[in-house]
Amino acid sequence: MKNLISRIGQSIKLPGLSFLMAFTITGIIIALSDEKVMNKIGSPIEFLKSAGASVGNAYLALFQGSIYDNRLAKSNFIEGFYPFFETIVTATPLILTGLSVALAFKSGLFNIGAQGQFIFGAIGASYVGFHFNLPIGIHIFAAAVAGMFLAAIWGGIVGFLKARTGAHEVILTIMLNYIAGYFILWLLKTKTFLRPGRIDPIAPEVAESARLPLLAGENFRIHAGIFIALAAALFVWWLLTKTTIGYKFRAVGANSQAARTAGISVPFVITATMMICGALAGLGGAVHVLGSEHALNADVAGSLGFDAITVALLGRAQPLGTVFAALLFGALHTGGRMMQSNTGVPLDIVVVTQGLIVLFIAAPVFVRYIFRLKKLNASAALTSKGWNG
Amino acid sequence: MRKIRSNVQKRRLQGVIIVSLLSSLSFLYFGFLKPGKDVTTFGFVLNNEWVIIKEWVIASQTGARIFSAISLVASAIAMFAYKKERTIVVPVAVASFGILMSFLTWIASGKFIPFTGLLQGGLLLSIPLIFGSMSGLVCERSGVINIAIEGQLLASAFVSGVVASVTQQAWWGLLAAPFAGAAISFLLATFAIKFSVDQVILGFVINVLVIGLTDFLYKKLLIPHQNTWNSPPTFEVIPIPLLSNIPVVGPIFFTQSIVVYLMFAIVAGVTFALYKTKWGLRTRAVGEHPTAADTVGIDVNKLRFRNVIFSGLIAGIGGAFFTVGFVGAFGKEMTAGAGFIALAALIFGKWSPIGAVFAALLFGFANNLQSTLSIIGVAIPSEFMLMVPYIATIIAVTGLVGRVRAPAADGIPYSRGGAH
Amino acid sequence: MSLELKAITKTFGSLTANDSINLKVETGQIHAILGENGAGKSTLMNIVYGLLRADSGEILIDGKKVEISEPSDALNVGIGMVHQHFMLIPVFTVAENIMLGHEKSSKFRVLDLDQARAAIRTISEDFGLQVDPDAVVETLPVGIQQKVEIIKALIYEAKVLILDEPTAVLTPQETDELLNTMRDLKSKGTSIIFITHKLREVRAVADQITIIRRGKVIGAVSPTTSEAELASMMVGRAVDLAPAKYQHETGGAILEVKNLTVRDALGTPIVKGVNFHVNSGEVLAVAGVQGNGQSELARALINLEEHIEGSILLDGKEIRGASIKDSLHAGIAFIPESRELDGVIGSFSIAENLILDLHGQAPYSKGINLSAKVVHSEAEKRVTEFDIRTQSIMDAVSTLSGGNKQKVVIARELSRPIKVLVASQPTRGLDVGSIEFVHERILAERDAGRGVILFSTELDEVMALADRIAVMYRGEILDIVHSNVTREELGLLMAGVTSAKAGA
Repeated sequence: MKNLISRIGQSIKLPGLSFLMAFTITGIIIALSDEKVMNKIGSPIEFLKSAGASVGNAYLALFQGSIYDNRLAKSNFIEGFYPFFETIVTATPLILTGLSVALAFKSGLFNIGAQGQFIFGAIGASYVGFHFNLPIGIHIFAAAVAGMFLAAIWGGIVGFLKARTGAHEVILTIMLNYIAGYFILWLLKTKTFLRPGRIDPIAPEVAESARLPLLAGENFRIHAGIFIALAAALFVWWLLTKTTIGYKFRAVGANSQAARTAGISVPFVITATMMICGALAGLGGAVHVLGSEHALNADVAGSLGFDAITVALLGRAQPLGTVFAALLFGALHTGGRMMQSNTGVPLDIVVVTQGLIVLFIAAPVFVRYIFRLKKLNASAALTSKGWNG
Repeated sequence: MRKIRSNVQKRRLQGVIIVSLLSSLSFLYFGFLKPGKDVTTFGFVLNNEWVIIKEWVIASQTGARIFSAISLVASAIAMFAYKKERTIVVPVAVASFGILMSFLTWIASGKFIPFTGLLQGGLLLSIPLIFGSMSGLVCERSGVINIAIEGQLLASAFVSGVVASVTQQAWWGLLAAPFAGAAISFLLATFAIKFSVDQVILGFVINVLVIGLTDFLYKKLLIPHQNTWNSPPTFEVIPIPLLSNIPVVGPIFFTQSIVVYLMFAIVAGVTFALYKTKWGLRTRAVGEHPTAADTVGIDVNKLRFRNVIFSGLIAGIGGAFFTVGFVGAFGKEMTAGAGFIALAALIFGKWSPIGAVFAALLFGFANNLQSTLSIIGVAIPSEFMLMVPYIATIIAVTGLVGRVRAPAADGIPYSRGGAH
Repeated sequence: MSLELKAITKTFGSLTANDSINLKVETGQIHAILGENGAGKSTLMNIVYGLLRADSGEILIDGKKVEISEPSDALNVGIGMVHQHFMLIPVFTVAENIMLGHEKSSKFRVLDLDQARAAIRTISEDFGLQVDPDAVVETLPVGIQQKVEIIKALIYEAKVLILDEPTAVLTPQETDELLNTMRDLKSKGTSIIFITHKLREVRAVADQITIIRRGKVIGAVSPTTSEAELASMMVGRAVDLAPAKYQHETGGAILEVKNLTVRDALGTPIVKGVNFHVNSGEVLAVAGVQGNGQSELARALINLEEHIEGSILLDGKEIRGASIKDSLHAGIAFIPESRELDGVIGSFSIAENLILDLHGQAPYSKGINLSAKVVHSEAEKRVTEFDIRTQSIMDAVSTLSGGNKQKVVIARELSRPIKVLVASQPTRGLDVGSIEFVHERILAERDAGRGVILFSTELDEVMALADRIAVMYRGEILDIVHSNVTREELGLLMAGVTSAKAGA
């Protein structure tokens, strides 16, 4: 038992210290950019007090906006959890895109392309969602599959090109993200996709029958997508640990030369991985459209594809870790909105927090150096193998 | 020796065949599909350069046929040169130019194309790309992958804008920018070299940080206090006497701001230094085989650290171009992915300075062609034109232009007794 | 110049690589350091050259203590080193490689290549080391590359020259040439530290021999000491590197290779139309100096190479063009040249490594479901059977020693039904105990009626194990000879001289 506790302690030491540093630095930025604080720079005590208040208020708003807000609990305490439900809504597509990046990492690929794959997933789901009339249930399924299919192809292009020519997936995915971005801009100008009567780029709403059911009634946005996301995480875990396909993926990811010498087809693994990654990110796009957005717009992906990378890095490419990381970053974004409207601290600061957390997680040697630690559990640091890898 | 030649030959033959095919297609498509009544007008005069031809008006169909014919002839010469094992660069360049002109004549029939303006705008759009790719070059030739070019550009654009606003001096903005680029480089160098963090992941995270921070400060400071924080003056254009009066060339290269002239100097300087000086020899050595460099007494990590910082200085000036060099006020995420295209240009150019510059010019030109064509109102959706640089990069890295090989030790942290 | 090491100690974690080593190299002396792989020779030399730092101990030059913490310190006091893996930048010219680190510039800080060329020419003439200063290094044969390395050391005016396993990549004739160069340098006053595990060379050229075993100096002897004595000092017990070859049955051809050509990515042939066969119950050794196409030929036998022409018949069935997986499952066991890169996955457990080529079949999996239980129980059996020294089958392979890693590879490859064993440099870098284990296993496979193709650059190994010996030179098999051939004949073949040519 004691052994177990110390092991858990060891394994949360790095993320814990990384959080601490990230929130400290973020706090300093918030305080220094606050005029009320800077006006008191003359007297150190007042300055610190005011800085503390400024940062405290911001972080309180961050909490209230993402987990629990007692002011919302008017008739019963469940209502106070409205922000937490919002967090889950934000986290749902992040889990799926995060899994996409995480699975790629396991096969030794750095999938920066979740953004483009997400866009194609959203396009496919949206089209089936608004263009067809199907029975409830089947409609959702068909729309999600259409999205996954398009995204799997979009991801598969990367896998195919890398497997055939050895081109680096980082470059390919960055380029394909831009192409997907321009493609959706164009698509939303076409007759098929432009909502009748509108000139701004937005598609028709998906039919009622294609929308994911709400979980907590009309007053909350939380929808069944979270279960899809959790099922996907379970699927990725099962795939990686219990199947021969996952074994092949991990073997190629850990040492592709040895895997090839033992008869594992590396082109197959690269292509299959990228297709599954595409499907996962595409499912994210589909769930996003069918669950919360209900209509395709040019900015449907926001920065979800990029946040996915930080999610996967924070989750150390483990399925369960990715789920927690997505919830955390979902909370940061949701709470950030409250922080912005209540305390005037722009939402963008949470991107900085997010970046700092991942930076420190990726640099265990640095954390060890700062805190003068002898031992820090930091095995299996993620790598991307450079251009020639 | 033999194997190197055979590889190059294969690639050359592919190139010649592709160009020949495109020339034929352009002749058949641009030359025949359009009825021959419309004319295309090319404008050549932009400012006050000496006028030889002000405008050139040509019947669209005839023009398209003439230019396609030129490219066909050039392709034939290229094929001949290939057979004779002579250089094919010139005929291929001529053929490509012919195809492009044929396309322009065809697409702009009945319309006016400001030819000189098209080229000048193309150069302007490539400037940040060239700075960015030089920054990447200095880093990567010494063995440190630089995905953080975007962050370097954005941070320095921000800082130079703010400093120039506060001081109301464009010069101060230009001076401050390299420091901002170097600060980002310091982060990259410290974590990549001292703490051996994976360089691709690190570069990505740095970009996230810079985007988050500049967005935050933009909203918190620059928007509410536009006048004090975000109203930088910009540099005046300095026409070089006489040279700026040369038709076409003058307005493109010699009627620019100080930032652009600095870029010419940096490109020339980096190219010379990389191949002809001690610094260049050592930089290339640590990028290819750091252990070998170490055994002759070169401090690998120190040199890499210095190069990364140096790269930040270069990117910094490129960042200043966005604000004090061109637009003025800083805008949210105003670099808009230029850093990534710069990276693509570096790879497209096979990690050589001249190659990277040409790739950047190509990307800039394609981008400007797109906006010019959408202004004069042609049928191709601008989104597809905007995709061109990205598709070109994919073609480049998938080997259609020939195998691209990074410096052998690029992205691998160096430590003694490590894997080698 | 004399070099003295006093009580040099260096530990890596729990391993003591150098344990209080004392050594003295006199001026103008060739001092051989003899020891088997992993004895700590390279660690010691890297300390002398400033690439590693000793935990304790002193280095003295001409009796005075010096501090060497960087290679530049070593160069400054006159120590030069030719590393086992050449420290040359492949894409640079000879002149660029040689000037690197102490470049001279002319006007406008332009590199002065002319000065470098002139310096190279002077050294070339003084020491009889002919190289073209403007040749690109990657286009040069290894023998010439080694000369470039030596010139590089001499141009720094090295008075003590360390040669780390310099003969590993050379033909016997090139080796003789190198030994002559060493004598030449010695006569001009250069002290040489000669690191090797080859007894013959040591006795031919050394003035003094220090033997190192498991990080300790075992003794200093004179070159007149017998080979058997040197070997037993090196290993710590009497060794017989030639296992007993008793009479055994040889069957018909089990693997036949006809007109096999292997090309690299650029289309250049690396293996040029070779023909040979191996019988069941026979060891066919493919000998030759490294880089003559053996690696590619070995890889081609299981279709690991991309561009293969010709025919590979396994038990009469064509397997050329089959997938790697099918080639392996058709009955070829493959021990790759590089354990770390091609043989094992370091971060995987021993159990996972043991199913690298078997995970897709019963009993390890059903459909796509992997059976952890079977994988583990089978792994336990292999670990016992092949004597893999480990705490647990769940340990990562990267925690194992080189010998145990090789045992994992061998256990995996020999635990499925096979007809032919292809072993590429199977003992490279192993200690003597592991080498003996590998040799026993190879002969056991032969005795069980399998055909064995052994690719080896070690002449002793080839002569000890082979029934027949094929010699490769520049992508061709020059001749296939019976194992009663003499070393000299083999040496000539390895240098490209066939008996016909030798007679002419």
